[in-house]
Amino acid sequence: MSKTILEMRSITKTFPGVKALSDVNLDVREGEIHAICGENGAGKSTLMKVLSGVYPAGSYDGQIVYQGEEQHFKSIRDSEHKGIVIIHQELALVPLLSIAENIFLGNEQARNGVIDWDETRDGARKLLSMVGLNEDPDTLVTNIGVGKQQLVEIAKALSKQVKLLILDEPTASLSEKDSQALLELLLEFKKQGITSIIISHKLNEISRVADRVTVIRDGRTIETMDTNQITEDRIITSMVGRSLEDRYPSRDANVGEVVFEVRNWNVFHPQHRERQVIRDVSINIRKGEVVGIAGLMGSGRTEFAMSIFGKAYGQKISGEVHLNGQKVDTSTVDKAIRNGIAYATEDRKTYGLNLIDHIKHNITLANLFGVSKAGVIDDLAELDAANDYRKKTNIRSSSVYQVTGNLSGGNQQKVVLSKWLFANPDVLILDEPTRGIDVGAKYEIYTIINQLAAQGKAILVISSEMPELLGITDRLYVMNEGRIVGEMPTSEASQEKIMRSIVRAEGKAS
Amino acid sequence: MTTETAPTGPSAKPAQSHELTFAGALKANMRDYGLLLALVLIMLFFQYFTNGVLFKPVNLTNIILQNSYIIVMALGMLLVIVAGHIDLSVGSVSGFIGALAAMLMVGWRFPPELAFLANPIIAGAICLVAGAAIGAAQGYIIAYHKVPAFIVTLAGMLIFKGLSLAVLSGKSVGPFPAEFQLLSAGFIPDVIGPITTPFIAENGNPVVLHTTTMVIAILAIVGMVFFSIRTRARRKARGYDVEPFSLFVIKNVVITALVLFFAYMLASYRGLPNVLVVMGVLIAGFVFLTKRLTFGRRIYALGGNLKAAALSGVKTERTTFYIFAIMGALAALAGMIYAARLNSATPKAGQGLELDVIAAVFIGGASALGGVGQVAGAVIGAFIMGVMNNGMSIMGVNIDWQQMIKGVVLLAAVFFDLYNKNRSA
Ligand SMILES: Nc1ncnc2c1ncn2[C@@H]1O[C@H](COP(=O)(O)OP(=O)(O)OP(=O)(O)O)[C@@H](O)[C@H]1O
Ligand SMILES: [Mg+2]
Repeated sequence: MSKTILEMRSITKTFPGVKALSDVNLDVREGEIHAICGENGAGKSTLMKVLSGVYPAGSYDGQIVYQGEEQHFKSIRDSEHKGIVIIHQELALVPLLSIAENIFLGNEQARNGVIDWDETRDGARKLLSMVGLNEDPDTLVTNIGVGKQQLVEIAKALSKQVKLLILDEPTASLSEKDSQALLELLLEFKKQGITSIIISHKLNEISRVADRVTVIRDGRTIETMDTNQITEDRIITSMVGRSLEDRYPSRDANVGEVVFEVRNWNVFHPQHRERQVIRDVSINIRKGEVVGIAGLMGSGRTEFAMSIFGKAYGQKISGEVHLNGQKVDTSTVDKAIRNGIAYATEDRKTYGLNLIDHIKHNITLANLFGVSKAGVIDDLAELDAANDYRKKTNIRSSSVYQVTGNLSGGNQQKVVLSKWLFANPDVLILDEPTRGIDVGAKYEIYTIINQLAAQGKAILVISSEMPELLGITDRLYVMNEGRIVGEMPTSEASQEKIMRSIVRAEGKAS
Repeated sequence: MTTETAPTGPSAKPAQSHELTFAGALKANMRDYGLLLALVLIMLFFQYFTNGVLFKPVNLTNIILQNSYIIVMALGMLLVIVAGHIDLSVGSVSGFIGALAAMLMVGWRFPPELAFLANPIIAGAICLVAGAAIGAAQGYIIAYHKVPAFIVTLAGMLIFKGLSLAVLSGKSVGPFPAEFQLLSAGFIPDVIGPITTPFIAENGNPVVLHTTTMVIAILAIVGMVFFSIRTRARRKARGYDVEPFSLFVIKNVVITALVLFFAYMLASYRGLPNVLVVMGVLIAGFVFLTKRLTFGRRIYALGGNLKAAALSGVKTERTTFYIFAIMGALAALAGMIYAARLNSATPKAGQGLELDVIAAVFIGGASALGGVGQVAGAVIGAFIMGVMNNGMSIMGVNIDWQQMIKGVVLLAAVFFDLYNKNRSA
């Protein structure tokens, strides 16, 4: 058994009004892949921020022993000097700088302050090949997909002589394929002796790559499992404190006639006028039906949804939206909402939340009419509504007055959902509704979706997790490169069948 | 999950209200109390160093008159800054509107056949509309054409500075009609009639109070206490936490005492200045706008995250446009107050005022990144600047030193704010 590289002893961290961690212990062995699991708000990210010096020594209680010595990191720089590199839940690359510049940001290949560009490019190329990314180091980061950006982050970590790599939900916004590649990379690093800590809500990934798993619940360590003990069921039981019979609530659909229909929808890229992003898409949803759109990352699903929702994406948009047989105007977000359409975004930080304001104001923003009369807000009605939805979606916070920027990732996602549930739409479009959400809370969200459908609403789910789509929808569309390339009842669908429609479409296109 | 649309009833809540701890409630409102405390300390400081001149009734009245136009503009600037913008043009616009007021009312370079517009009420209305139109024009370019507010209003500042010079041909133009001067120099009439108190003033005569002023102050206090008791009771009934009773009482007693004290001071001079009535109404209106109106809520939302606000159905462009129009109207009002106070329009009027206005809003705790800021903060911030101007002038501090000290105070206030925020994060 290899020796211990890191030991965190009885770590306690409090924020005003919340005790995020109490007496947490974690020990990590050299060269292993150590997973940390726990519900949203359990304290996983906080623990890693303590470790990496984001929260400096002195702002928490407890000890950190790394490579046999007690450490008092005052900043991220301190921990990086010792080879501890953290990749945060939200990526931190500068979009308008090149890959090479990002990799060496803060650590420039320079002599006397003058950057040596040849060295920078060569170094970047070497690091990129180590992470298996075949891109020109001069490419701007904004021009590559999230999956590749994640690899750039890892290359950046490697450039810092990383010994202990911390990844906070690295695969949350990656496609299946990119996730696989990333996990392979971790296994490769393990062979080279690099230790990793990975936080993830995707338990299948954890059970595949992790050597040991530590579970945290309500800011306390519950247990650490050894390799032979790791099973998804055991992790879940330990996380939520009880076993979860099914991942998806049973669904008996009561589907009526078509309520929502999009016909011949075409959208062009917002900057490049001639680039068509959505091509002649037609879909419909029936009353009480949950419809999914499957597809690879970048297939145009988000762009499609946002262009319907008040032309929030794209230009030269053409096509028709029908609601209950009537053509409706969705040309502005306000009109779309008034017509009963809601879109819950996949990107909670950019499009979903006002991070400097509290939960209450965020939940009611899209439906201020629901808590006001003649433009005057009724404080107490608003407070009631916010508390009600906080309870329904089980948002873990000190109160509805907690600033959303301080919530854990998963709980932020629940605020976005609450906002759109409170808007009480007839047609609800959910874009990656469970991204970063723990297994238990996922089940609750699926249950809410079922209830909404039972009330006769039409629901459209965009998700990159195929098992999720197969588990909760009644019917599926498959989208590829901005076209609908397949449609099937979920009862007849399978991952293979979905992939086949995509591959067939790509074959035709080329 | 039930089928009701917007659950507004208290039904879901078990009525179980708690009182927060004294320390907890105090800490939660630290920022607001801190700012007020700073103002009080600064006033006491100058009271001491001006040998008691600061708190003389006539001087307190003066402080209000001298700062009225700053406060009026700070209200609009607060909205602008919360929305994540800035308006550098307000000083020049207020100066230009002063010049316009002179044209209309003094008849400067104005066609005589339009002399009926000289009526102070008609002229005042025209000035307000002109200010709103100027603000709207700038707001239109900012909101719909996405030109940064900094640039648009910098241009506006130059344009209107030049325009007032041109209109006035570099001269001071006055005097204004007496009715118009009342805006700045008038006091509300004592409809009840003065009363003589048993107190003796410094000059040996008994203090004579402006009774109407005292009555208005007492009515205001009663109203305020009534509303805060009602709000507290309603929260409690719905099962929400409330601040501890002791703190609630202390707060109301302190505010009552402060209001009574200032009312007494004003009443022992000439009573409530007209302009304070205007200000009071505006401040109350803006507190209501920012705290209770959906329009106000949307301003905070778009300042906090423009894209998220837009995707929540906030008409971000239209809201921005309105904000600048409101700002323009307030700059116009300020320009008229200023002109009425000087009793003439001068080419230099309003120059540099924008800086005092912006400083007041930032001292009051607004964030330069948008999304954060309170009306009360901006008003207190303006008074902090105003009291410092007044106190230092009485002490005979040179204007160059005054500028430097104000600069340091602005920096210190914002620095202290950020420091506190980081510590509590
Ligand atoms: N800056 C902060 N101020 C106040 N509370 C905070 C702050 N940061 C985190 N918290 C609270 O600490 C708790 C733990 O949060 P943390 O981000 O560690 O959760 P997590 O386990 O990473 O959850 P997730 O799976 O949703 O990412 C949460 O209740 C959160 O609200
Ligand atoms: Mg987290």
